[in-house]
Amino acid sequence: MLAWTIYLSFAGALIEAILPKSRPGLARAVALLVSIAGFLVAAAGFWHGRGLDRITIVDVPWVPSMGVHYTLAADGISIVLVLLTGLAAIAGVLFSWNIELRTNEFFAFFLALIGGVYGVFLSYDLFLLFVFYEIAIVPKYFLIAIWGSTRREYAAMKLALYSFVGSAMVLIGLLAAYATSGSHSTGLVQLAQAGLPPHFQMWAFPLVFIGFGILAGMWPFHTWAPTGHVAAPTAASMVLAGVIMKLGAYGCLRVAMGLFPHGLDPWGFSFLGIGSWRDVFAVLAVIGIVYGALVALVQSDFKFVIGYSSVSHMGFVLLGLMTLNQIGLTGAVLQMFSHGVLAGLLFAIVGRIVYERTHTRQLDELERMHLSRRMPLAAAAFVIAGMASMGLPGFSGFVAELQVLAGSWRANPWWTAVAGVGIVVGVAYTWRALQKAFFTDARPTAEDHPKGGWHDLAPITWPEYAGFGLLGLASLWVGLYPRILLDAIEPAVKALPFVAGGAQ
Amino acid sequence: MSYYAQLFYATLPETVLEITALVVLVIDLAFLAKSEVKTRAMSASLLGVLGCGIALWSQSFALSRGVWGLAFPDTRSLLLANIDSAGAAQAGILILTAIALLLPFNPRFTRHVGEFVAVVLMSAAGGLLIAAAQDLLIIFIGLELLSLGLYILTAFAKHSGRSAESAMKYYLFGGMSAAFLLFGFSYLYGITGSTNLDEVMQALHHSNGPSADPLLLVAMVMIAAGLGFKVAAVPFHLWAPDTYEGAPPPAAAFIASVSKVASFALLVSIGIAGARSMEAWYSPHEGFTGPWTLILAIMALASMLFGNLAALAQISVRRLLAYSAIAHAGYMLLALAWFRIDASDHSAIAILYYVLTYGLTTIGAFGAVGVVERATGSDRMDAFLGLHKRNPLLAAVMLVFFLSLAGIPPLVGFWAKFNLFAVVLSAGAGRIPFALVALAVALSAVSLYYYLQVLKRAFVMPAAEDSAAGAENIAADPVRMFVLLVIAAAVVVMGCLPALLQNWIASFYVKL
Repeated sequence: MLAWTIYLSFAGALIEAILPKSRPGLARAVALLVSIAGFLVAAAGFWHGRGLDRITIVDVPWVPSMGVHYTLAADGISIVLVLLTGLAAIAGVLFSWNIELRTNEFFAFFLALIGGVYGVFLSYDLFLLFVFYEIAIVPKYFLIAIWGSTRREYAAMKLALYSFVGSAMVLIGLLAAYATSGSHSTGLVQLAQAGLPPHFQMWAFPLVFIGFGILAGMWPFHTWAPTGHVAAPTAASMVLAGVIMKLGAYGCLRVAMGLFPHGLDPWGFSFLGIGSWRDVFAVLAVIGIVYGALVALVQSDFKFVIGYSSVSHMGFVLLGLMTLNQIGLTGAVLQMFSHGVLAGLLFAIVGRIVYERTHTRQLDELERMHLSRRMPLAAAAFVIAGMASMGLPGFSGFVAELQVLAGSWRANPWWTAVAGVGIVVGVAYTWRALQKAFFTDARPTAEDHPKGGWHDLAPITWPEYAGFGLLGLASLWVGLYPRILLDAIEPAVKALPFVAGGAQ
Repeated sequence: MSYYAQLFYATLPETVLEITALVVLVIDLAFLAKSEVKTRAMSASLLGVLGCGIALWSQSFALSRGVWGLAFPDTRSLLLANIDSAGAAQAGILILTAIALLLPFNPRFTRHVGEFVAVVLMSAAGGLLIAAAQDLLIIFIGLELLSLGLYILTAFAKHSGRSAESAMKYYLFGGMSAAFLLFGFSYLYGITGSTNLDEVMQALHHSNGPSADPLLLVAMVMIAAGLGFKVAAVPFHLWAPDTYEGAPPPAAAFIASVSKVASFALLVSIGIAGARSMEAWYSPHEGFTGPWTLILAIMALASMLFGNLAALAQISVRRLLAYSAIAHAGYMLLALAWFRIDASDHSAIAILYYVLTYGLTTIGAFGAVGVVERATGSDRMDAFLGLHKRNPLLAAVMLVFFLSLAGIPPLVGFWAKFNLFAVVLSAGAGRIPFALVALAVALSAVSLYYYLQVLKRAFVMPAAEDSAAGAENIAADPVRMFVLLVIAAAVVVMGCLPALLQNWIASFYVKL
């Protein structure tokens, strides 16, 4: 049943492409309907599949001569991410309600992107996963290049090339694994059981991990992320930060770590305390956490603050993956969900609410606009989203980052110590952005004060209310009652072969 | 079955094409001389397509009669093989020729439409011949028949200086490379005493190889040079950009697709002989099996690198397609260098799959470029500005073709690439084939950049406002648009169901 999320989205994209161009309202309605339908299917699948083992949805031969199967399946991790995609899709459509330029095409590309993302999360054949992964690249390019803002063509091309280089690395690893295994199959399960030689895994693992890691915003390959996020139209940056970066992290977990677990083994020698690929990537993740947070602290562009905060938050996901223990990995998956929701919310506030009304994202200029008085709701929403994002108890971010840190403490206390610095800086940059953009001390001067009074900004519309409500509630719900996701995630994490204390 | 009956069946498709060419000429010159160009073009194209259809049918008819080739009655040595990769390539050539013939409906570059179609058909007959040829002399005759037609087609726009210039270049390079090829063939004959590929292979198999007879190396290099020219591999590629740019669009599409398919079909049959001999003489070292592998690998490496990098700098879309053709030839040469000989013919099927889908996509790309060129008079990238508004359907079709060339799933170009690279890896164990495949995959990422440059202009950037020509709609005539749509649909469908084409190609493989 979950497969229908994919088909619905692609069908929606096709319908959008052939709808009459003169009816933008119709295009929006169709997009909303399709994304809601996708979400409902995802939610039903989540409800049904929670706590179960892997459910195989469909498994038919696709290219018999190469042993490629069309295998869709879902375990607890997949269904959580599918659910997130459903949320992000609806929110993305709601926050792009005001797109007037080539509306049909926008939603066609958007839904194609969403379809590809659903596909990646549900594929259980390496090949199929790669196909969906690449399908998601092209719409991203056009979404940013056509509907974006600041240096959009540059950012779009950079993003497309980074993604494609990453996927080229994945493809090389895929080809090598396929040729080496000799099992004439590309199924994830079959390849994992094929007994790939450890020395092969030792180099295939970093190749594929970095390939996917590029899209997960792994430092130092993260530079596409801030420029891409900033240039993208609101819905695209929401999906980009919310879901696309999770594609990378998911690939790291499912493909790189799932297929090449021996790549995590120690090298047998150590240099500066780094003795395995696991250490390397954990250190990169920790650097990403701190670096992203520090850079976010000094940005003058509001959207760049959020862009770099994504790099920092994704660092927690990668760190969680590298803990290799139950609690850390659970935290990583939870963080994927949490960051997906919160990044969407933050980008929506910055891109849609603030930028499209004030036409600036410079914190210095926003400082003089007294937005907390002019847009109290946006200010309140940002306070909530910012608090959640800095990890205040009661929101999803807290549960997730706490688990990641607890897990990494068991693996290596130093990682936790340094990552903790990232959290502190995270509080600082969120606070700084919050204060500068909304709650400034500066008294309004006559020059700032427009003649028409404070009510010149367009009021917040119903799609925006709905989008806020959706994402805010999702974060709050998971924060207050994380069990709902943990019930799904924990058994799936336990089943991973490389998890300490899990099934071996 | 008598020898002449066999000859008749084995060369039936070629014969049908030649007869069709004559019929086209007669009808055009005798009956339609007073008609408008458009009518004549339509009748000639339709007759040509009909001829291709009959040839296609006659091919399967001959196969159904059990004629799988043509051998000398006394020696039993094969002259033509109409099955296996040759059969699939022949069918592909006929289909692609038919598509290429549908594109020049109502041409502007010439009034001599009958002659144009006739030359296309004769050239295609040459292509059929080399795809099936198993004898050095027939290979050479077929190659000349194909090439002479291509030179004429390139020069067909008589009022265009560029067309004449590129034809001259093409002709000079072609003549030179034909001389190289003949030179190489003559050495091969001198060493083995036979012109038959199978006998040559047997003789080489029993010899001690280049260590006993260094002239073999000369023969190998010469043959590789001659064939490298046909497929536009670096360093024999210099004609390609000029020809692709200067030739009339339908001729360029024909050169880029049909001639590519025929040449690679030929390379497959020669590659089998090469790989067999190398296996007999050398044991693999670091993935290399002897000098033949080395020559092909160098050509592949140079073509991939140079084609992809030079394409980055192009502003003419046709030149861009030419350089990308060089790069694609490089990928296929990689599979020829590490050619696996086994019962299931993976290598041959993978190369054919690649070249057929590449040919189809390229015809589509040239067709789309031709539409824009006809409306704007230029194939510069800037002519594509704002195409999504000026002709949305054409823009969508171009999106499919260019992304398929870049190898983005689920389009067919991706499968072709994956299949090809997987075969190389399974055929050649060692660091060097792996490194070359890794490089090829990385260069595919580079290629996305230049394909996106075109698509960016078509979809992202607004139409130029300063020129009046930049904003008006681009109209395509319905037949051409329909053909392009069908090709695009085929690219998508074959991409979603990759086994279709694979099974079709495999269906030509008759196990004797």
